[in-house]
Amino acid sequence: MILKNTFTDVGHVSLFTKRFFKEIFTTSFEFKEFVWQCYAIGYKSLPLVSLTGFIMGLVLTIQSRPTLAQFGAESWIPGMVTLSLVREIAPVITALICAGKIASGIGAELGSMKVTEQIDAMEVSAINPFKYLVVTRIMATTLMVPLLVIYADLVGVVGGFAGYNIHGEVSISRYFSQVVESLEFADLIPATIKTFFFGFFIGMIGCFKGFHAENGTESVGKAANSAVVTASLSIFIIDMIAVQITDLLAS
Amino acid sequence: METEIKDTKPKKEASNAEKVIDINNLYKAFGDNEILKGVSLQVNKGESLVVLGKSGSGKSVTIKCLVGLIKADQGELKVFGTDITQLDGKQLNEVRARMGFLFQTAALYDSMSVRENLAFTLRHHAKELSAEEVEQKVVEALQSVGLEEAIDKMPSELSGGMRKRIGLARTLIINPEIMLYDEPTTGLDTITSREISELILDLQKKFKTTSIIITHDMPCAKLTADRIVILRDGVIAAEGTYEALEKSDDEWVRSFFI
Repeated sequence: MILKNTFTDVGHVSLFTKRFFKEIFTTSFEFKEFVWQCYAIGYKSLPLVSLTGFIMGLVLTIQSRPTLAQFGAESWIPGMVTLSLVREIAPVITALICAGKIASGIGAELGSMKVTEQIDAMEVSAINPFKYLVVTRIMATTLMVPLLVIYADLVGVVGGFAGYNIHGEVSISRYFSQVVESLEFADLIPATIKTFFFGFFIGMIGCFKGFHAENGTESVGKAANSAVVTASLSIFIIDMIAVQITDLLAS
Repeated sequence: METEIKDTKPKKEASNAEKVIDINNLYKAFGDNEILKGVSLQVNKGESLVVLGKSGSGKSVTIKCLVGLIKADQGELKVFGTDITQLDGKQLNEVRARMGFLFQTAALYDSMSVRENLAFTLRHHAKELSAEEVEQKVVEALQSVGLEEAIDKMPSELSGGMRKRIGLARTLIINPEIMLYDEPTTGLDTITSREISELILDLQKKFKTTSIIITHDMPCAKLTADRIVILRDGVIAAEGTYEALEKSDDEWVRSFFI
């Protein structure tokens, strides 16, 4: 029964995704709503991403220091922390935060619009609610999540610098030159590409859960909760696939 | 126990009148629950039809089928002479653009102010209008429902009656030829219910719209109806003017008017 429900859900999400690509290429774009969603999703997430990004860099540096100090390799800290952040930690942690904040927000917003007949009202007014509500939100998350991850990378490096200076002393220019030396395009590009998929799935799952909320206020909470759980799980699955592909291409 | 009561003198003459809504043998079931079992009804241009019936009798389902919100299982749903069950999404939207629908909850967009609620519909339907023209039409629509002072309020700041009026203004702003009202006075006190009913009547006279009004509120039905139909067990059980049905021989029909 669980297996059947899972496959049914996958089928519905696939149809939803198909409709998204159909609408995006066949109808005019709600640019104003898209810009508003970019602001709501991107700009309003900055404080949360700043704080978590800084803490990620700081904690990673502090945790790495004792082990590396045993081998006299403290000078590796800036490069190692930056690589960890850029390749894995910042994309995944930021995407998980976005899943918690954005996917649940979209799920709850569209869910409440559904149960209070606002989506129906749009439809009977001959306004395409899918194009106005879904396409704009998915486009906004697909664009904003990668930008938030890049921002989290930068703040994480600053956090790493702060963590490094708790026990040692190094100038900011020296620290950052080591950071830049340790990075290659091969580190940045696969990590950035996967964040577009994170963003796409965060928006897609939030919209799908909200758009298909059943009648009743209870379903709004369920839609928000289910959006977070499913989006978080999909982030780990995408990450696993992305690592396999990167590894395959590198070898 | 179906009762057919045909009124001999409806307020608007049915003969030679243009049928703008023509429903034939409409069937709809949700799983095993058969809601509509062959509903047929016609509404003439400019006519105001009130639909009565117990809760769950399929009144709302009927008008939701009429705008394509619910897909009918079987039957013909002609609006302006076109069977909407045969239309694709774009064609259906062209028909919808000529219709207005007032939801039971008014269904105002929570994230938008009253001004934006009204302008939103207009901007999508009349893209040629300038910002000033949109603003003017918004103000005019609000004046027609007597709530121009609420223009900057958010839906959460409005009372139930105000929400219904704003919902009405939002649908009227596109000058619909057909208005569908889903329980417009439900949840309102007697005085506000009467105000909404009078407003519906005034707007019908002013804009000469064809209307279907679903209600349990008999004073509203008395005030607004040219003709009344009563749904029972998924079919039209009685039809006539308010006065004729009120004096019906059928006790069940009369029970609506007590």
